[in-house]
Amino acid sequence: MGSRASSLLREEDIEEIKKETGFSHSQITRLYSRFHSLDKGENGALSREDFQRIPELAINPLGDRIINAFFPEGEDQVNFRGFMRTLAHFRPVEDNEKNKDPNSGEPLNSRNNKLLFAFRLYDLDRDDKISRDELLQVLRMMVGVNISDEQLGSIADRTIQEADTNGDMSISFSEFIKVLEKVDVEQKMSIRFLH
Amino acid sequence: MESYLFPFDGLLCMLLGISFTLWFTLLLIFIIVPAVFGVSFGIRRLYMKSLLKIFEWATLRMERGAREKNQQLYKPYSNGIIAKELVSLEQEIQEVRRSGIPAPEPEFDMSDIFSFCRRGVESIVDDEVTKRFTAEELESWNLLTRSNYNFHHISTRLTVLWGVGVLVRYAILLPLRVTLAFTGVGLLVVLTSLIGLLPNGWVKSSLSEKAHLMCYRICVRALTAIITYHDSENKPKNGGICVANHTSPIDVIILASDGCYAMVGQVHGGLMGVIQRAMLKACPHIWFERSEVKDRHLVAKRLSDHVADKTKLPILIFPEGTCINNTSVMMFKKGSFEIGCTVYPVAIKYDPRFGDAFWNSSKFGMVNYLLHMMSSWGVVCSVWYLPPMRREEGEDAVQFANRVKAAIARKGGLADLLWDGGLKREKVKKVFKEEQQKMYSKVLVGVSEDSRPFPVRRTSHNRQQV
Repeated sequence: MGSRASSLLREEDIEEIKKETGFSHSQITRLYSRFHSLDKGENGALSREDFQRIPELAINPLGDRIINAFFPEGEDQVNFRGFMRTLAHFRPVEDNEKNKDPNSGEPLNSRNNKLLFAFRLYDLDRDDKISRDELLQVLRMMVGVNISDEQLGSIADRTIQEADTNGDMSISFSEFIKVLEKVDVEQKMSIRFLH
Repeated sequence: MESYLFPFDGLLCMLLGISFTLWFTLLLIFIIVPAVFGVSFGIRRLYMKSLLKIFEWATLRMERGAREKNQQLYKPYSNGIIAKELVSLEQEIQEVRRSGIPAPEPEFDMSDIFSFCRRGVESIVDDEVTKRFTAEELESWNLLTRSNYNFHHISTRLTVLWGVGVLVRYAILLPLRVTLAFTGVGLLVVLTSLIGLLPNGWVKSSLSEKAHLMCYRICVRALTAIITYHDSENKPKNGGICVANHTSPIDVIILASDGCYAMVGQVHGGLMGVIQRAMLKACPHIWFERSEVKDRHLVAKRLSDHVADKTKLPILIFPEGTCINNTSVMMFKKGSFEIGCTVYPVAIKYDPRFGDAFWNSSKFGMVNYLLHMMSSWGVVCSVWYLPPMRREEGEDAVQFANRVKAAIARKGGLADLLWDGGLKREKVKKVFKEEQQKMYSKVLVGVSEDSRPFPVRRTSHNRQQV
């Protein structure tokens, strides 16, 4: 039962997470309850298996990449702070109006950070460039066995051709932003958290 | 010194003797005799009403306590943490493409990834399946520590009340219930073995019915179960199969105390095995050996044979295959729906305010669970007998199973899910991921074949899509 969990989260922690992520008090306690219910090992951290136990995530073609995004570089466990930090990327942008704190820097759910999150789903080796191979990998994950290698290859080539402006046969973050400037990123990459 | 103790000793023994006799007489009059005859004094309902009033008071006290301390009361996320889009994934990806002219070759849009990504994270925050395998969270507190989330808001008065509650539950109710349980089970074994000695015929089956009913009623009182049966005119008849949603092993006792069924299950060893063998002597139940369970044809054959014989009792089956937490109905296994006889659906809904009846078999064993149940306030539930259903022309077993499931979910006020209850322990099958991939490939490639824009369809019932 995720019930006792709320008493394990201290008020100071909640305040810190509130400042860092912008979630409200009740949202944080609810998400902690969810975190706790996913944490089958009850050690205060989630492992990759804990995420893979969610059937709807396991059948998502990009499931593994999304799970990866929660884990910091080279680590196998994510604690509640890390969990919330990643989820904060999906807060709607309108919710920011209340805490206009000039010193807080760019909020985690800004358009730029949302795009960066998506960019990192492609860019596995974190070299700030999406190479043809990386693009092919993601495409292959999304289509499974239903499209041939040649067709997939030409799709990848076409995509890079359209996006690549400096001719290095890969997509950098700024080229990525340019390609997606007409897309309503704020809406597509936001989850409506209830208050 | 010795002479001083003697009179006290005698007095003590006498007192103990009297209290035991009193105890058992009360037990007999108020519980066992009514159970035998199937009447009720209404004591349990009175008990239920007074408990509800106490729970309401306790919740109000806690809310007041929280307000005084200016803190927020933890409210369980019964209303959900997030609001999900009603548009299916397929439509979302289509919308990006319809805005432009259909391209001669497959177009990959880099923003496609956003839809998959967001839905993936949505399922991490709130998914339809994993929350069905843990106990439901309640809005009000029912004086059991196991379901309290607001410990720090309890005042002294509430603590005293809780203390009294613990005393009542463990010192009075628990021993009473355990005695009753042993009586009920013991009687069942003894009576069915005796009845088994009779030759097969009308006398034997009628006596067996009465014996089964009586013992199950005693067991119902052993759990202080207050059951409301609705639409009893639809009760299952011979030659049919009764299907119900499964929340706990208590479901069997609840249904069997209102009608006679042939049980289906695996042969167990130990006490369960003794009970099973005894029951088998009095009337035909269907017990499978462990090895036979794997053989689907054998299972189907035995079930059909039983059903074909109109003198045998209706079979009781729980097609979900595992216990679900009573907020939803999960996939029904099609085996029982292939047999081709009348199906009598039954919906069972437990009132969660009194105690959580869900058996989390991965966390607790059976004995632990029963003790847990017997030391809570009681079990309150409603049983609805739905009108019988038959498989229609052109309907296959899976569609029939889904139709029955939808009817049960609707009547019991439960969510109707397509997911398999087996996901409690196993991983989801790869085939579902492959379906997602196929869908996306079609969208990628399909635009070139079809130059007409796709029609917009609102599919709000398709819960299985990501």
